[in-house]
Amino acid sequence: MHVTPAVELESVSFGYRPDQRVLEDVNLRLGEGEFVAVAGPNGGGKTTLLRIVLGLERPAEGKALLFGEPAHRFSRRRVLGYLAQRSQLGGDAPATVREVVSAGRLAASGLIGPLRRRDRELVSKAIQRVGLDVVADAPLRTLSGGMQQRAFIAKAIASEPSLLVLDEPTTGVDAESQESLAAFLDRLHTDLGVTILYVSHEFGAVERFVQRLVLVRRTIVFDGPPRELPGVWHDPSHVHV
Amino acid sequence: MFELEFMRLALAAGAVVGVLAPAVGFFLVQRGQSLIGDGIGHVAFAGVAAGILLDVSPVLTALAAAVLGGVAIELLRSRAGAAGDQALAIVFYTGIALGVVLVSAAGALNVDLFQYLFGSILTVTRTDLVLIATLGAVGLATIGLLYHALAGVVVDEEGARVAGIRIGALNVVLGALAAVTVALSMRVVGILLVAALMVLPASAAGRIAWSMRSTLVLSMAIGLGSALAGLTVAYYADLPPGGTIVLVAAAVFCLALGWGALRGR
Repeated sequence: MHVTPAVELESVSFGYRPDQRVLEDVNLRLGEGEFVAVAGPNGGGKTTLLRIVLGLERPAEGKALLFGEPAHRFSRRRVLGYLAQRSQLGGDAPATVREVVSAGRLAASGLIGPLRRRDRELVSKAIQRVGLDVVADAPLRTLSGGMQQRAFIAKAIASEPSLLVLDEPTTGVDAESQESLAAFLDRLHTDLGVTILYVSHEFGAVERFVQRLVLVRRTIVFDGPPRELPGVWHDPSHVHV
Repeated sequence: MFELEFMRLALAAGAVVGVLAPAVGFFLVQRGQSLIGDGIGHVAFAGVAAGILLDVSPVLTALAAAVLGGVAIELLRSRAGAAGDQALAIVFYTGIALGVVLVSAAGALNVDLFQYLFGSILTVTRTDLVLIATLGAVGLATIGLLYHALAGVVVDEEGARVAGIRIGALNVVLGALAAVTVALSMRVVGILLVAALMVLPASAAGRIAWSMRSTLVLSMAIGLGSALAGLTVAYYADLPPGGTIVLVAAAVFCLALGWGALRGR
């Protein structure tokens, strides 16, 4: 039986300028329910890859599909949960944890009017799941970096996503919080069967939990289970390719 | 002062603008677009000049020009690839240049023009007040209906884009709201100070509030208080109302800054 993959990139090439390719002949397939980490050095093309997966950029060549539909025209966007890089989030907005997580229900609840009761319940459930119920009504900026990151993860899962995409989720987060984030994602993946695409400049703590590691340096130079990753590549910024 | 008809009209107009301007300004400040009100104000100046030249209501021509300016800033930013501050500068300078040319053509460099540049709240008529109250109510209702969406985009614009939210449409609505606010506030504080009434209360509230919702409500309360207190001070001290209102808002901002510093924010 043919099962439609969550993500499918087929011979994808992309450049922000015609003479400079950021990605070259990338092939990647994520089955539903997989937990995959994508790493690579800065400038290696991983954020571009993520933007193509999410349909925010269109490949110059090749195909990018989300659940079988062209990614840039994907019609069921509410099934996507997305955690942007921290630098792109909220600025100095004086938001509480609950207000941040409520933003995750925007696609489902619609633009007009307040959140409905079911939306508010799902927001509370997501906050509880990441263990922030005690500080649900505290301003985000009064919390630690790790707790702020969990609030944004709660926002991403409040939409009840089928595919959760995380962009550099461990930037600016201490080692202990990185460990707890990796364990939390593993529970989320196991309990809810959410497909997870984890993009980072390093594999780090998440390496223990993922089914596949993908190393991107303009093209995919490794794609396989963690145990098969050559030792020298555990640090993706390593110069020896 | 309440026994005077012109003061009652001025206080009512000041109250509407005092609430509306910070409510719109709140979203602009949170999105790092504090100066949009200024850019739109300069386009509104061209609209006022066109109204004087064509002998039609300058408030209506300013409203039309301001809405066009607000939408133009958003289109230049999103479609023509201009950075946010470039889009603002292009509209800002084009507006002021057009205004200067039209004012010169109308031979209107006089008191009529100055009342739009610096405000003339004491000359607000009942008809003006009906227009200000009606458009103010529409503006506040729009913010109430779209609050959740606008707040969501403030929290995480890229996330909202991934979720399929029509950010461009929301930005155009916000630009149009800013334009309506500018056109209505012209008579209260004047084109040159209108952005201050959008930005200062929202910035002050951000220093002392504890959530986005409380920041919005506090912004509106500070705007309302500044408008009413500024008008009262202006009446008894014989000062220009527009400037006095903005100075009161600036004083509240300084107090909020001190309060925030004491609380370590």
